[in-house]
Amino acid sequence: MSRNPLTAVAISGIGNSGFYPRGTSPDPDFRLVLKALFAACEDAGINPKEIDGLASYCGPVTDPRRIACALGLKELRYASLQWASGGGGTSAAFANAASAIIAGLADVVAVVRSVKMDVGARYGQFGGAYGGGSVETVSGYGFRGADKAPYGVLSSATTLSFQANRLVEDAGVPRSAFSAVSRASYHHAQQNPDALMNGRPLSAERYEESRWIAEPYKLYDCCLENDGAIAAILVSAERAKNLKTKPVHLLAAGETMSFRADSGAFNWPDLCSGAFRDLAPRLYRQAGIGPQDVDVVQVYENFVPGVVMALEEFGFCTYENAGEVLTFENLIAQGGKLPLNTSGGNLAEAYVLGMGHVVEGVRQIRGSSSNQVQDANIVLATAGPLTPMTSALILGSGDVL
Amino acid sequence: MTTSETYLPDVLPVPLPMDDGMDKPHWDGLNAEKLIVQRCGHCHTWIWGPEHVCYNCLAWDPDWVETEPKGRIYAWTRVHTPGMDALKPVTPYICVIVELPQAGNIRLIGNLLGPGTQDVKIGEEVVGQFEHHSKGGYDYTLLQWRKA
Repeated sequence: MSRNPLTAVAISGIGNSGFYPRGTSPDPDFRLVLKALFAACEDAGINPKEIDGLASYCGPVTDPRRIACALGLKELRYASLQWASGGGGTSAAFANAASAIIAGLADVVAVVRSVKMDVGARYGQFGGAYGGGSVETVSGYGFRGADKAPYGVLSSATTLSFQANRLVEDAGVPRSAFSAVSRASYHHAQQNPDALMNGRPLSAERYEESRWIAEPYKLYDCCLENDGAIAAILVSAERAKNLKTKPVHLLAAGETMSFRADSGAFNWPDLCSGAFRDLAPRLYRQAGIGPQDVDVVQVYENFVPGVVMALEEFGFCTYENAGEVLTFENLIAQGGKLPLNTSGGNLAEAYVLGMGHVVEGVRQIRGSSSNQVQDANIVLATAGPLTPMTSALILGSGDVL
Repeated sequence: MTTSETYLPDVLPVPLPMDDGMDKPHWDGLNAEKLIVQRCGHCHTWIWGPEHVCYNCLAWDPDWVETEPKGRIYAWTRVHTPGMDALKPVTPYICVIVELPQAGNIRLIGNLLGPGTQDVKIGEEVVGQFEHHSKGGYDYTLLQWRKA
């Protein structure tokens, strides 16, 4: 225990704003953030005015100065924003928050992230920006850069589909694995009253018959579009002992970007990757565990084939046996050997850039999940497969310290 | 597939060199129907996307060299939901990542010319075709690919 400094920190509060289909939140973004923060503080039994640190990721985000003013924080001592794109930074924001506590920079750090879509906006959709009369130009080699947009590589789904086609055609992973991952999330959502897809189960037939987005992605391989915010409160493990909830400890956390992983036109060696190949062994070493010790897995689903890549990189399957390991029966909390995305995840609970995966991990270790896995003591949560920079964390109960 | 002279209709953004001009030789080369990419003059590493220093040996200002526009398909996607209403009439369309064995296996993105419904496979050999555009006072050229 003393060899792993991260275990000196615990997650003591989790909360959300409520989730709404895209563009339908009655609250503006800032109120969603405040509601999530209040809910997480209430859960922990901490006065929101005790927050002295804020951590987030994937800017632009709600300005911590604005939050500090609104809550009348006596002194904001720490505020950080992690660099990863999309949901790649969720776990890294938790790592940053924990680091701040360990270093004595702050005592009560909230990690918070919201998603609020403009009415009518869609992910991957260009509004009037292109083709709206004036000539638009692009340069550089990033997302929608000069190497991509002029060739119709515009949306996240298109941009991140090339490597998924290599997973199918080159690595030989059967599409049945994608269907199983997607249906497991929808199955879990039927037990989760907060889930947006509660009441809307997904059959194998409906998955198969859904429309293509960008091959190999079908509609149900893609994350939801919605509004909502999620927050978590981190404190020292000492402080956590005296709070309302069972402390959930960080056993490992980190972020990663592999060699040239954001170079133009996809010029990095291992394109068929969820981008966890360097990080996974490091996290297991830090936690002193292996994949066989993980009770529940929460893997960020921007696009389902990326989940398969992440599971392979974290040692839960190989590309050769993915078809046998990744079956619906094996992925559900009710008797599966590899319970995956037990809240419904980004596909069926809500897409809050991966925050939902961490807080569902917390619920599993507390024993309060709506799809509870018996004796769950160790949970892996990953953030952002397929993005150039990703992060992940391993949560544990006090029993495994 | 598209019936216009270009593979995709002329509704997409115009590619320009970066503000600092670093990659201008590449775009000028395409206009002259030449594929110009980076290769380090010191350690001879082929480099793409372009960089101010060689990522391998960190020497400044890699050389700009011409290479043949031919290669093989490294990865592909068939786009059905493009994220832009004006592209809907031409779906599905195919985007490919082409690797160039004669240039250190660097990769470029383009479209695969021909029907959007055609079969496409990793490893298929393709040759480049320069596709000239003129729009809003800009003349630019895309490098497209067709099966060899």
